[in-house]
Amino acid sequence: MSMIEFHDVEKYYGKFHALKDINLTIDRGEVVTVIGPSGSGKSTLLRTINGLEHITSGQLIVNDFNLADKHTDMNKIRKNVGMVFQHFNLYANKTVLANITLGPTLVLHRPKAEVEKEAMALLDMVGLRDQANKYPSALSGGQKQRVAIARSLAMKPRAILFDEPTSALDPEMIGDVLDVMQKIAKQGMTMVVVTHEMGFAQRVGDRIVFMADGQILEDSRDVKGFFDHPQDPRAQEFISKIFNH
Amino acid sequence: MLNIITQHWDTLVSGLGYTLQSSLIALIGSVVVGTAFALMEISVHRWLRVIGTAYVEIIRNVPLLVITMGFYVIVPKYVVAVDGFTAGTIGLTIYTSAFIAETVRAGIESVAVGQMEGARAVGMTYTQAMTHIVFPQAIKIVIPPLGNQFINLVKNSSVLAFVAGFDLMYQAKIIANLTFDTFNTYLAVGVFYLVLTMPLSYLMRYLEKKWVTA
Repeated sequence: MSMIEFHDVEKYYGKFHALKDINLTIDRGEVVTVIGPSGSGKSTLLRTINGLEHITSGQLIVNDFNLADKHTDMNKIRKNVGMVFQHFNLYANKTVLANITLGPTLVLHRPKAEVEKEAMALLDMVGLRDQANKYPSALSGGQKQRVAIARSLAMKPRAILFDEPTSALDPEMIGDVLDVMQKIAKQGMTMVVVTHEMGFAQRVGDRIVFMADGQILEDSRDVKGFFDHPQDPRAQEFISKIFNH
Repeated sequence: MLNIITQHWDTLVSGLGYTLQSSLIALIGSVVVGTAFALMEISVHRWLRVIGTAYVEIIRNVPLLVITMGFYVIVPKYVVAVDGFTAGTIGLTIYTSAFIAETVRAGIESVAVGQMEGARAVGMTYTQAMTHIVFPQAIKIVIPPLGNQFINLVKNSSVLAFVAGFDLMYQAKIIANLTFDTFNTYLAVGVFYLVLTMPLSYLMRYLEKKWVTA
């Protein structure tokens, strides 16, 4: 059962060719890590999945909705596909608890008491129960990102997109965030993770996608095999640069 | 000056009443109209952006007196009869709304793009994201410059004097013509304007402290 399907997807920003001939099918429950040099289109690829970026041509099917169709209601897709951003994007004017409960109450029209109970359980899971009534500005980067993950989980999504979730964090904060992501992966969540954390890609990822210059150059379910023997020359160069310093 | 105030107290108070009334109507009106045009200026629809930007650029680059005279002379001639007070208040509202539109637009745009994206990514509509996330943050940013606009608005209401709007400045002209004491008359009127603008100034400072630090 596929969750996300790219068929011959192209994306242009004016004349700039950001995504070239993307063909990728992600199954439900799969954890896919997307790696590659900066400017290779990883984030753009991720952002097309919940319609934050529109594709120029091709077909993109997410949770049985066709994103290439102009009449598709993006909000219906976003209810089912969560997103975690590099810079957290927590609502600065809401408490930690309100950050988590706002989506389910406002978008899904669920009762507040019930949502708050679930939100506290989620905060428990990410280890931040005691921070519920603080504002995001009072949290560290790692704490903010764990709240952001809890916020996306509160919508009970079918998939979560992670856009470099640890790139803006201090090194000692990264582990806590990756631990939470690993927990979610074990619960069977479909995850697409753009990351520079090669350890996470190897330990948690079911599949690895290597991108450069707007193209998918490698796509492998043998993650360890990919790291040991990348096939594409640019993947070889990328891997050797990362591990030889 | 005290002589003028005591002898023409009723005239001055009546002028103060008209100035206050005109300012209040124009303040509320220009915030509503200005916010609407601010939203048009940042709309995703090109033609709305064009209308919003054209409105702001034309209105804020034409003297207040010209706009007011337009309503006082042209509207009664071709559309509907309006008195000086109405024409002046409409002119003041339209003129101020262009500045408020710019202030509100700048406030909204200074809220990080990520706030809107974070809200849209959980499935909120544009309107929901605006009302629950972006607007409450923009208001805090906008309060100090908005205070400036409100104080300017009260002072600019003196334009009513040119279209027989019975405001403070209009009464000042009458008193000066009666007494020939131009200096003390306008000094007295200046004090009356301060009575309106100083509390407003302090109110905005109070709101700034209360909301911006919250």
